Amino acid sequence: MSDKKTKSKKTTPDRLTELLRLWASRYSQPLENLSADRLVNLIEDFLAEKRRAVPAKRRSGRRWDHEIIERIITQGSTVLDLGCGNGELLERLIRVKGVQGQGIEIDPEKVYDCVARGVSVFQTDLDEGLNGFPDSFFDFVILEETLQTVHHPVKVLSEMLRVGKRGLVSFPNFGCWRVRLELSLGGRMPVLESLPFPWYDTPNIHLCTLEDFITWARESRVNIIDGYVIDQGEVRPLKDSDNLFAEEALLVVENSH
Amino acid sequence: MGRSSKKVFNQHEGKSGKKAIKGPDHPASVGWTSPQRIRLVDSDKPFKLEAGGSIAPVDVEFETYGKLSKTKDNAILVVHALSGDAHVAGWDLEAESRGRHWRTGKPGWWDEMIGPGQPLDTTRYFIICANVLGSCYGTTGPSDINPENGKRYGLRFPLVTVGDWVKLQALLLDYLGIERLFAVIGGSLGGQQALEWALAFPERVENALVLASSARLSPQGLAFNAVARHAILHDPNFRGGDYYNGPLPVEGLTAARMLGHITYLSDEAMYRKFGRRLQGKSVPEFSFDIEFEVESYLAHQGRSFVERFDANSYLYITRAMDYYDAAERWGGGDLNIAASRLSSQVMIVSFSSDWLYLPKECKDLALSICRNGKPVTYVNVPSAYGHDAFLVETEALGGLIRNYLARRSGS
Repeated sequence: MSDKKTKSKKTTPDRLTELLRLWASRYSQPLENLSADRLVNLIEDFLAEKRRAVPAKRRSGRRWDHEIIERIITQGSTVLDLGCGNGELLERLIRVKGVQGQGIEIDPEKVYDCVARGVSVFQTDLDEGLNGFPDSFFDFVILEETLQTVHHPVKVLSEMLRVGKRGLVSFPNFGCWRVRLELSLGGRMPVLESLPFPWYDTPNIHLCTLEDFITWARESRVNIIDGYVIDQGEVRPLKDSDNLFAEEALLVVENSH
Repeated sequence: MGRSSKKVFNQHEGKSGKKAIKGPDHPASVGWTSPQRIRLVDSDKPFKLEAGGSIAPVDVEFETYGKLSKTKDNAILVVHALSGDAHVAGWDLEAESRGRHWRTGKPGWWDEMIGPGQPLDTTRYFIICANVLGSCYGTTGPSDINPENGKRYGLRFPLVTVGDWVKLQALLLDYLGIERLFAVIGGSLGGQQALEWALAFPERVENALVLASSARLSPQGLAFNAVARHAILHDPNFRGGDYYNGPLPVEGLTAARMLGHITYLSDEAMYRKFGRRLQGKSVPEFSFDIEFEVESYLAHQGRSFVERFDANSYLYITRAMDYYDAAERWGGGDLNIAASRLSSQVMIVSFSSDWLYLPKECKDLALSICRNGKPVTYVNVPSAYGHDAFLVETEALGGLIRNYLARRSGS
C-alpha cells in the first residue's frame, strides 16, 4: 500500500496545478471562494501528509463536538442519545448539566460500558425505529456520528424529530476538499481522521456531504438553526463555504411548523 | 471500573462446565448458612389471597447474608424462580438435620453472585431471600398440614399468585424493619416478582432488576406448563394430590422437569453440551433405553428433581407463573398504563437465545417504560445458553449487576 503512495511523489507541482485547474473548471462552484495560492497550499500540505503514509487514525481524546453539545444542551433538560456508544457524553451531561438522559446503543460491549458509567441505556437497533418513545418528549435528541451508519437515515432523522424538540446531528462531511482529493486525484476511497476506516471494514454506509444534508433538510421542511464544524483542527461556527472545508459538521435541527 | 471488567463480558467465557465452586471457607463465600423460619401470618388473622379465599397460619423460610446498615438503606431482596428456594448462597449447615441431602456438598443456587466482593457484595449489602408461598422449602405449601383437619393440604391448598408472593415478602420486610429496598432482583419467575414489586410497591423499591423475564409468559410458555402439569395430574400415583402417604407421582414430576430443562436450554446449547453423542457407548444398542447423552442428561435432571421437589408445589407455582400478567393487573391490559406506575429505576436483562422469556418480550417491557418517558436500562446479553443463561452467564450478568448497583449506591 505504501508503495503505491510513492506514486504521488512523481506528481510535480506543475502537473498538479494543471490537474487542479482542470478539476476546478469542472467543479467550479465550490472552488470559487478559494484563492489559487491557498488552493495550491492546501493540496501540497495534503499530499505531503499522504506521503508520510501514516494510516489515518480517529482523533484521540474527547470528540470535538462534545464541548459544543454540552454548551447547547440546557440545564436539567431531557436528552436522548441515539447511538450513545460507551455513554461518555451522556454521563457528562448527566453530571454537569443535570439532564435526564437515556441512551440507545446496539453493541452489547458498549451497552455494558454505559451500565458501568451509570447511564440508562436501551439496547436496540435504531433502524427499528423509536416507537417506544412519546412524541416531543425529549428536549434534545443527539445523533452523534451515527447517521451515516444506519440503514434508514431518513427514518432515523424523522423519528429523532418526532420524539425530540431539537436534534443535534453530527456527521463526517464527504464534500470536504480532502475527501474530494483522495477520491478524484488519489483515486482511492478516502481514509482520513474523520473517516478512519478502510473501505472493507467501515460502519459508514450512508455517507453524505454537508450540502446533501442541507438540501435534504430544505426539502423536508427541517430547519437548521445552528451549526458548527471542525476544519483542520479548528472548531468554529458553520460558514457558507463549509461544504468544501468542514471535515465534520454538527447541526442543530428542528421541524418547521 | 468499566474498562477493567471488559474481559468479564466476553460471551464465550460463561461456560457452565468450569464454574469454580467456592467452599465455605473461601473468602468470597458467605460461608455456612442457617435458614430462618417465622410465622408471618397467625391463625386469627388470615392472609387474603387474590384468587379468592385466604390462608392461615403462614410460615416463611428465609435467609439473609451481610448486615443491615443503621439507616436500613442497603437491603437487596433476591426472589427465586420456579424450583428455587431461600438458600441462594453459602453452605447449609442444617442440610442433613433437616433431611435436605440435595444441599449437601453444594452451595446455594446463585452462589457465584453473592458473597464478599461478589456482584451482590455482602460487605456492602444486606441480602434477603424468602421461599415463596406454595413451595416446598419451608414456607407454607401444599405438603404442609392443614390445621383445620390435621391432614396435608394437597390440592385443598388455595391457588396463589405472584401478587400474593410479593405481598407476603412485604410482610417479611415489615417484620425485618425494612421500609425501602435498595434493590429487588430476580430471574425468570423471580423476575416477574421483581417487576411486581416495582409495580405494587413503587415507593418501597429503589432499583428493580428483572432478568430473563417479561410482563407475562408467552402462549408458548403457557403450553409448556400445560404439558408439565398434565404429566403430573395424570400420573397414576397422583391420586388427586393426596399421595403423601403412598408412592409419589414420580414419573409425572420427572416428565415435567425433563420438559422444563428442554425449555431452559437452546438448540445451540444442546449442540454444544451433548450434540448427538451416545451415552457411554460408541454404537447404538437399538433399544428404548438411554442411548443419547441428551437423554441421559434429562433423565438425571428428572431423577434428582423428584428427590427434592413436591409435585403439588410444581402445579401451584407453574399456575402462578401462567396467571401473572403485569399489563392486566396494573393497566387493564395496557402495559404502557401499567408501567406508568413505576418510580423505581429498572434494569431489564434478556439473553439472546432464551426461548422461554423471549428477548423480544423483555424488550417490550422495557419499551413500555420508555413510552412513559422514564429512564430504563435494557440489555440483551449474547448467549447460547438459552433461559438457563441467567444462572450460567454469571460473569456477564455479574458485571452488569455489580456495575449497575455500584453506580446507584452512590459510589
